[in-house]
Amino acid sequence: MDFFERFLIPHPSPIIYASMAAIVLTTIAIIVGLTYFKKWGYLWREWLTTVDHKKIGIMYLISALLMLFRGGVDAIMMRAQTSMPENTLLDAQHYNEIFSTHGVVMIFFMAMGFIIALMNFVIPLQIGARDVAYPRLNAVSFWLYFMGAMLFNLSFVIGGSPSSGWTSYFPLAGSELSPSVGTNYYMLALQISGLGTLMTGINFIVTILKMRAPGMTLMKMPMFTWSGLITNIIIVFAFPVLTVALAMGTMDRLFGTNFFTTTDGGMDMLWANLFWVWGHPEVYILILPAFGIYSEVISTFAKRNLYGYNSMVASMVVISLLSFVVWVHHFFTMGQGAMVNSIFSITTMAIAIPTGIKIFNWLLTLWKGKIVFTVPMLYSLAFIPIFTIGGVTGVMLGMSAADYQYHNTMFLVAHFHLVIIPGVVFAMLAGLTYWWPKMFGFMLNERIGKWAFSFISIGTCVAFFPMFISGLDGQARRMYTYSESTGFGIWNMISFIGAIGLAIGFILIVYNIYYSTRYASRDVGDDPWDARSLEWATHNPVPEYNFAITPHVNSSQALWDSKKNGHTLFRDGLKEIHMPNNSGVPFVMSVFFFIFGFSFIFSMWITVIASLIGIFACMLHRSFENDHGHHISVEEIKRTESEVRGAKNE
Amino acid sequence: MLKMNNNNTQPLEYSTEQGRMNILGFWIFIGAEIMLFGTLFASYFTLETRTGSGPAGAEIFELPPVLAETLLLLTSSFIIGLGIHAMRLGRKKAMMTFFIITLILGAAFLGFEIYEFIHYVHEGASLQTSAFTSILLTTLGTHGLHVTFGLAWGIVILIQVIKRGLTPQTANKSFIFSLYWHFLDVVWIFIFSFIYLKGMM
Repeated sequence: MDFFERFLIPHPSPIIYASMAAIVLTTIAIIVGLTYFKKWGYLWREWLTTVDHKKIGIMYLISALLMLFRGGVDAIMMRAQTSMPENTLLDAQHYNEIFSTHGVVMIFFMAMGFIIALMNFVIPLQIGARDVAYPRLNAVSFWLYFMGAMLFNLSFVIGGSPSSGWTSYFPLAGSELSPSVGTNYYMLALQISGLGTLMTGINFIVTILKMRAPGMTLMKMPMFTWSGLITNIIIVFAFPVLTVALAMGTMDRLFGTNFFTTTDGGMDMLWANLFWVWGHPEVYILILPAFGIYSEVISTFAKRNLYGYNSMVASMVVISLLSFVVWVHHFFTMGQGAMVNSIFSITTMAIAIPTGIKIFNWLLTLWKGKIVFTVPMLYSLAFIPIFTIGGVTGVMLGMSAADYQYHNTMFLVAHFHLVIIPGVVFAMLAGLTYWWPKMFGFMLNERIGKWAFSFISIGTCVAFFPMFISGLDGQARRMYTYSESTGFGIWNMISFIGAIGLAIGFILIVYNIYYSTRYASRDVGDDPWDARSLEWATHNPVPEYNFAITPHVNSSQALWDSKKNGHTLFRDGLKEIHMPNNSGVPFVMSVFFFIFGFSFIFSMWITVIASLIGIFACMLHRSFENDHGHHISVEEIKRTESEVRGAKNE
Repeated sequence: MLKMNNNNTQPLEYSTEQGRMNILGFWIFIGAEIMLFGTLFASYFTLETRTGSGPAGAEIFELPPVLAETLLLLTSSFIIGLGIHAMRLGRKKAMMTFFIITLILGAAFLGFEIYEFIHYVHEGASLQTSAFTSILLTTLGTHGLHVTFGLAWGIVILIQVIKRGLTPQTANKSFIFSLYWHFLDVVWIFIFSFIYLKGMM
């Protein structure tokens, strides 16, 4: 049975067996549930085959939340293991696997999924469009991302997880030092979901450039749309670098090439460089949409228009350019020499300038505003100081000479968590709460939301501030344990307590979703926050076609102007609306991609070839298909519109 | 700019809104492809001299097949330009003839490239020999795979032109395919100059 031995876990433990049982039971429960409630047809018609940007956004959201909990469990296990000196909760190998998958899951499948979820749902509405430029491609993007995520998570129970860090540095990640299939999972799963992300990038650039409502010039776009445009431009230019790096890594591991080896001329530093040429722009792919969300939320709840619109746009453009010229700061200690390090030090610190401009713009928006302390606003207000602390320690790390002290210590871990959690996670939670009524037609409970906010914001500070101290004291990152005499114990224990606080906060958010789904009022109107941009000008829930009449735009806050300054949004009469048809092909194609990835990981070449044929057959089908979409008649629009309005008046 | 669904002052491939969006989207995709090949070239320049115990470029490169490949691909790029010109004049037969010639030249290019790869392996320069041969064959192979994909894509489009005639959709697809083909030509010019000529100097 040699064939089946490859699927075994190299380092099994009770936790892994428990997860195997859990995965099998959950799968059975889902299948039985769908069959019992006769929901297979509904699932296929409404979700698996949909090309509607709103539904795709919601599917991204669900996947991202699932991944948040998967990555969160890793985090809690890490903090628990290091909470006491000489702890034996996890062994070294298991700890390595957990910090690796925590990083990968959180960056690729949680944060990326979350920002793309919000971009998908919000951007077409904000620009007054009926869908994205390529609705079918959008479905392909989602399913590739989803299958990549599923494939990666399978590593935990079939064949073993990657254990060489989320950065997967060679030669450690090479087949000699990481002989298990774990790193193959890393290479293939990221390749597949990366393809999906690249397509999202192209799709949204074209959508934003070509499908804006009449009157919406580039400089009248809402700030979240602007951040989406710049983010997607970075995606298109950064992700191909990752594609190449992953392909080379895969070939090194499976075909014996010599890109990153230490023999026959291979150069391990080439991986580090390529990875971070993609990896640093990736940081801004995550943070710029977050900045966009904060701009929307702060301006809405300070009841003022965004201060310094032009400088907000300019600073994002500058950040996007600088993001491509700072990558060396991730490995100052790895042998470049003083000249190169100094140049990258300066470019790194320069990023603080446009970022600082944005911070001051938000502060000046708040200045003399009538601030309403809703949950989204609380996240935005907490973001400013915590992010600034994280950012300023980043400037410390950016000084290459000083970095020799901080490199690979817990100080670095504290820094990037304190930018990425208040920067990205707070923004995602703010955006989730803010756009929730538009997505689902009811609001999340504010009181539970504020409790969750308190746990999450305080938990973040308690979990990560102690790492600055233990890091400066010399605690290296990624160490699975330490001796008592180091004195790191107390700081790690405080961190663990903070991590529990964060976990409670996230559980409260889940409870809030459950509670609000059951008890919240469905009568919230179209514009419950008294907001400023176009997504609030259509109905709740949003009809399939988004806007019955395409709105006319006069400024970056067209809805506000229509409410306060007598601007008329809807001038034309009803016209027939053209919409794209659903299709099951994107889903089927992504299943072939999943089989392709899985077979490649385990070097099963026959199924690799068979699934490749399947993928090309799907492309061929698409090419020959004569699908011109369908039309929604004026009568049908009238009926839908009166139903939506009727529901609201009840 | 007002959005017009059917604009008769534009060529057929630009005549619908979706068509215009597809062309813009493909240009952006070419931007991503430039990054892809840019990364491969950057890696090539990094690893070029790291030949380990294997041969260097000057020892294995042969000018005649490379020159043949260059001429074939450059000519095919010119021919597909003529094909698009014929398409804009509405001359379906001429357009299809030019497209078929393009694909034949592309297939001939591929034949020479396969010969070249076999030659390298005989010279002891396989994918596994050294960092240099790994990146050389990967860069050339990526371009070759693009050409192979292009051949299949071109055939699919030709079948659609035969079956459906020159519609805004088929014209749009043909035009986008020609952009792709020109792009592969541009990449080849870089490969010819910076891999072969630089390597043989």
